[in-house]
This record gives sequence, structure tokens and C-alpha cells, in this order.
Amino acid sequence: MKDLYLVYKNLTRKKMRLFLTSLAIFVAFLIFGAVTALQGALNSGIEMSADNRLVVVHKTNFTNPLPYAYVNKVQNIDGVHQVTHANWFGGYYQEPANQVITMAVDPDTYFDVYSELVVSPEQMAAWKANRAGVMVGERLAKVNNWKVGDQIPISSNIFSKKEGGHTWELKVEGIFGATDPQVDTGYMVFHYKYFMETQSWGGDNVGWLVLTTDDPAINEQVAKAIDETFANSQAETDTSTEKAFNKAFIEQIGNIGLIIFGVVFMAFFTILVVVGNTMVLAIRERTAEIAVLKTLGFSSPRIFRMILAESCLLSFLGGLLGLGAAYLAVDGASEFLARFLPNLVLDGSIALQALGYMLLLGLVTGIVPAISALRLNIISGFSKG
Amino acid sequence: MTHENLFILKNLSKRFVKGKETISIFDGLDMTIPKGDFLAIMGPSGSGKTTLLNLLGGVDQPTGGEVIFDGERVDSLSESQLTKWRANNIGFIFQFYNLMPMLNAERNVELPLLLTNLSSKERMQRVHTALKLVGLEDRAKHMPSEMSGGQLQRVAIARAVVSDPKLLLCDEPTGDLDRQTADEILQMLQLLNRDFGKTIVMVTHDPAAARYASRTLHLDKGQFVEKEQLMEKSA
Repeated sequence: MKDLYLVYKNLTRKKMRLFLTSLAIFVAFLIFGAVTALQGALNSGIEMSADNRLVVVHKTNFTNPLPYAYVNKVQNIDGVHQVTHANWFGGYYQEPANQVITMAVDPDTYFDVYSELVVSPEQMAAWKANRAGVMVGERLAKVNNWKVGDQIPISSNIFSKKEGGHTWELKVEGIFGATDPQVDTGYMVFHYKYFMETQSWGGDNVGWLVLTTDDPAINEQVAKAIDETFANSQAETDTSTEKAFNKAFIEQIGNIGLIIFGVVFMAFFTILVVVGNTMVLAIRERTAEIAVLKTLGFSSPRIFRMILAESCLLSFLGGLLGLGAAYLAVDGASEFLARFLPNLVLDGSIALQALGYMLLLGLVTGIVPAISALRLNIISGFSKG
Repeated sequence: MTHENLFILKNLSKRFVKGKETISIFDGLDMTIPKGDFLAIMGPSGSGKTTLLNLLGGVDQPTGGEVIFDGERVDSLSESQLTKWRANNIGFIFQFYNLMPMLNAERNVELPLLLTNLSSKERMQRVHTALKLVGLEDRAKHMPSEMSGGQLQRVAIARAVVSDPKLLLCDEPTGDLDRQTADEILQMLQLLNRDFGKTIVMVTHDPAAARYASRTLHLDKGQFVEKEQLMEKSA
């Protein structure tokens, strides 16, 4: 502790250099915090995917519909536990910019397949009884301030009603939560039959099937059996685990993991060079002072620790400020992006990861000058200084 | 057990290897420094004055021979043992002061005390005593950049004596000062020797500075040419 004052005074002796170096670290950790939170939000669907859940889509393109008849056929395949289905509605509330993820689903099976979703039996019964009822996810209800009993007009930018117009008047019959706060509840579901009967295109199609298997170990076998069942038909299928499906869906906008790794790597590589160079120069300028400290009786290991402490302090100074700024930025953005990225949050695990990187950065950038100081011979220190 | 001599150097040798050439600085040097001595070492450049001071201060180690300090051999100590030995026994005063530019006077003086187990309060008491001794108590909070050369050297002296070492090693302590300030610093060293019993070894080029010492040794090509001088005590 007695050396901490010396460490602090050394760190702050050149204010402009301290400011600029801290700024570089600040920016790197701001990028790290924000981008990692974004990655977490994008991956939350993948992480929350159930092990025994499979998704069946049209082989050509997952936006192509599948015949409704597939629901029963899939249900009869060995190893399939429960099947449900969903159709994309493309909803918005009041204004097209105010998008609301809405799907038409089978009320009798949807919540059985998505067993992590929680809804009270009373609300479930009310929803099943009302064909024009809608079950709203907790997060979506909170964002729009919707309550059970509210009548909400939901418009589609894809479908129109038989009677004209694009807006369906739906009544909020229930609000569903989830067993895990990471599970997405930023969407809503309404009755498939009601949707099919009221939309102008008609037809007897479903958008995709979702099913649970009896055991995750037979996922591959079941998927193969499903795809073989519909091989050479007009609507061939592509069955994959929910995790793989979500991952592929996210990767449509690119290899997010690689992009994020690239951004973070560049940011850290840059500060590693900047801070490392700064530390080497700073300690080289102090060669004579280090020689004086050694002459006075400060041991080499002690000076080694002081220099490492200085580089770590610098790293934590810029890093904590950057992480704090990232937290504020993510927190602010999460309100605006709640509909699209419901799990955008800079949580404890990201903060812990960042703290680890700060420590690592401090040690890596300080180790070279610290070793130089450790090895410095007093006499040559005075002559160099 | 007490020893009359603070330092005994026996058959001391020091050689440097520079490329393929071996340069001998000392070869069989003998020397004794009694406790309470104020010794000035003079000699031309390259005569080995600073090397000798480094060997006495334990910042350099001899190639051969013995260095005995207060009855204890120090030439065979490890680097970490020497570091502790220096902290406990030696105070250094340099030509260019070598203060830490980011620390004020009192924090500079406190440095050697950071190596002790003294509390913060005890350290500050000692720091202020040392600053008072060199007449700079009112400059305790001043930064080195705000002080003159003479004041800086006084702070350096305060730093050298604050841990109460047995020996002060001074390397051209007045080499960067004007005559009047140099005399003030030398009088201060004299006072430390006379009134506080500090043994002082001072390397200097300046015959006027050497006159403040109890005796002067002339070093030439690694050998002493002793011309003892009586200290001209100021009345």
C-alpha cells in the first residue's frame, strides 16, 4: 500500500499522455462492452434453444409455406413427441415503423412445445376460448403498456383481410412470461384458424413446424425421417435443431461471431500496441529514477511489481470508464431496440470478462518494461539516465 | 562487538571486460575508513573515484578482495541482501540530486522510510525532523521544479539522513552549485559529521570542497597517494 502513492504519482506525472492512453483503452472497452452485449442479444435465441426441439421449414426457402397436412404426418413419425406450427404475420402497431413480432399459431399445442413459456391457466383458457384473442409476451406488453383486456389493432404489412384493410382487432387475453429471463418474450401469438379464415389469400398452409422429440439423442434420426418422408414432394422439407436453425437465421446477416471477433480483436490489438509502446517509453524515461530507487534500497522485485501495478492501474482506469460508458450506451439503446433485440443487456458475465481483459492488458503491456526495470543494473541505469 | 573502523577494504580488485580487453581499475587496493571519518577522495577523471564509491555503497561488487563493513563482509552478499544492507546503512548524495520530479520535498525525503515498518505518522515526523535539519521545513510541500539547486541538494541530504544511516556517500555533492551554495552544503555535511557522528565519504574534484573533510585521499590509476589534511574547523 505504501508504494501505491508512488505508482499513482508516476501514472499521473504526464497528464496529457495519461489522458490519451486512457482514452484509447476507454474506446476499446466501450467497443468491447457494446459489441459483446450485441452478440449476446443476437445469440440469446440460440442459447435458449431447447435441446430436443426441431424446426421444419421448406427446403427451398424457409419463407415458403408448408402444407397443413404435414402437421399430422410429422406427428406420426417415430420419436416425435409433440408438433406445433406457426405462420409469420408481419405485424405492426399503429405505424409501420412500430413493428410487433406477431405469429399465428395453434393454441392447443404451441405452449406445450414451448414449455419454457409460462402463462396462467385462467388466461390460457380465456385465450383458447376467444378466436380473436391474442397472447402477448411480457416484454412486448411492457414496451407497449398493454394489459389483459386491451383491444389492440394489429396491422400486417404482408396480409390483407377478406373484408378489406390490413388491420386485425385483437383482444389481449393473456400475458406470457418465461422460466428464464433470457427467454424472448418480445412477441405475441394469435389463433392460426382465425388468421386463415380472415386473411384474403386463404389457403391451407403453415409457415413452419416446430416439434419436440422424445429424446435429444434421436434428434438427427427424427430430422432425417421427416425430410425423407417429404422427399420428392412439391414441398420438400429441411429439418434442423432449433439451435442450428436460429444460428443459421442470425448468420443470414453475416458471420456475426467472426465480425465481432474481428472488431474486438482490432480494438484490442491497437490498444495493446499503443499502451505497450507508451509504457515502454514511460519507463525508459525513468531509467535514472529506477536506478535511484534501487540505490536507496528498493528491491528489484518491488520495482517490478510497482511497474506492473502502474500498467494495470492505467488499464483499469480506461477500461472501467469504457465499460461504464458501454453499460450506459447499451442500457439506453435497449429501450429503443427492445422490439428487435429484447435481450440487449450488458450483464455481469460481460463485465467479468472485461475485467479479465483489463487485467490481462495491464499485465501484457507492463511486463516488458517491468522486466527491463527488474534487470536494470544501477550503474548502467545512471549512465543511461 | 564494536569496531573502530567502519570500512576495511583488503586487497580489493575491480576489473571490467570491454570487448576482448580487460580493464583493471583496482588491483590490490587496501583502505580503512574509521567511524566518524569525513573523507574526501580526489583524483583525475578515470582514476576510479566513482567506482570506489560504488563499491563502498554496494551498488557494484568487487572482482576480488574483501569489503568489510562494521565487522561484516559485504562483498559476498547477494543482490537482495545488498539492497537491504544499503537501505539500512548507507545514505547517498548525488551531484545532480536525483530527486523524484513528481514528488514534493517531503515525499522525496520519505522514500527511504517506505522501506521500513514505520507508520505514516512516524515517517512524517522523521521527514520533518530531517527537513528542519537542512533548513527546509517550510518547503516541505514544494515540488523539485520550484526549488533552487542548493535547496534541491538540501532535500537530497535530508533524504540521505532520514533513515539515520551510518555512512553518507557523496558523489560530487557540490559539482552543480555556485561557490556560496556549495559552502553551505559542505558546512551542512561537516555538521552531520561533527554533531551527528556520521561517517562521510565524498568524491570531489574541488580542492576547496575537500578542505571541509577531515582528510583527503588522492586516487591515481587505482592507487592511493595519501596526503592527510587536518580539517580546517571553522571557529
